Amino acid sequence: MNYLWAFLVGGAICAAGQLLIDRTSLTPARILTGYVVAGVALSALGLYGPLADFAGAGASVPLLGFGHLLAQGVRQAVAEQGLLGCLTGGLQAGAAGIAASLICGVLASFFGKSRDQN
Amino acid sequence: MELSSEEYGRRVRRAGPPSPLGRDCLWAFCIGGGICVLGEALRQAFLAAGADKVTAGTLTSCTLIALSAVLTALGWYQKLAAKAGAGSLVPITGFANAVVSAAIEFRPEGRVTGTGAKMFTIAGPVIVYGTLASAVYGLALWLPGLL
Repeated sequence: MNYLWAFLVGGAICAAGQLLIDRTSLTPARILTGYVVAGVALSALGLYGPLADFAGAGASVPLLGFGHLLAQGVRQAVAEQGLLGCLTGGLQAGAAGIAASLICGVLASFFGKSRDQN
Repeated sequence: MELSSEEYGRRVRRAGPPSPLGRDCLWAFCIGGGICVLGEALRQAFLAAGADKVTAGTLTSCTLIALSAVLTALGWYQKLAAKAGAGSLVPITGFANAVVSAAIEFRPEGRVTGTGAKMFTIAGPVIVYGTLASAVYGLALWLPGLL
């Protein structure tokens, strides 16, 4: 059941993104940015937590989940450190993903060849 | 009722309008859903290996990012993206692809001003506004505590 919900929820989030690309003039950068901010907002409203509980990776793998991760981090950091937590919580929670992407990028630039996007 | 994925696809095609929009969304749904299923399989494996929920999620993201970086360097992720559209963009693998493809593509412009700077063309705004939104949320949590 885990896998079915991951597929359906993850797929639906991606299909919604496709709808935005086809129906509006939003560029991929704007969609990704919008998804992360929307993830923070949905998590703040308490809507994303329950979804993540039952859809697992279906909710955490799309970028909405990255926003949820940032919001969770801030929630915990503010509870522990107060005002300073506003600054540390988000990036601390997202640090692994961001660092992994950046390091992979630099490593790949040593090995990968510049090529056509198709 | 049990439906095979082919049968489901046939029914969706019959029910939906014969437009590229329907086809695009179906592709995005299936590829995006597929990436999430792969993520779920990784997450279950990490959980089974004894990681707690948060660690398993982090490890899943990092594994998917590394996988996406390899596929991007080989030029395969771009081929997938041509079909999948948002299905390959919206998952964390799409974020990694945006970073890695820029790092590779702008390598000829130098390690610092090429790779180093251009990696942030898409990742930058995502990190900036994600951090901003989380800080605003943190403030909204902290302020009521003062009263």
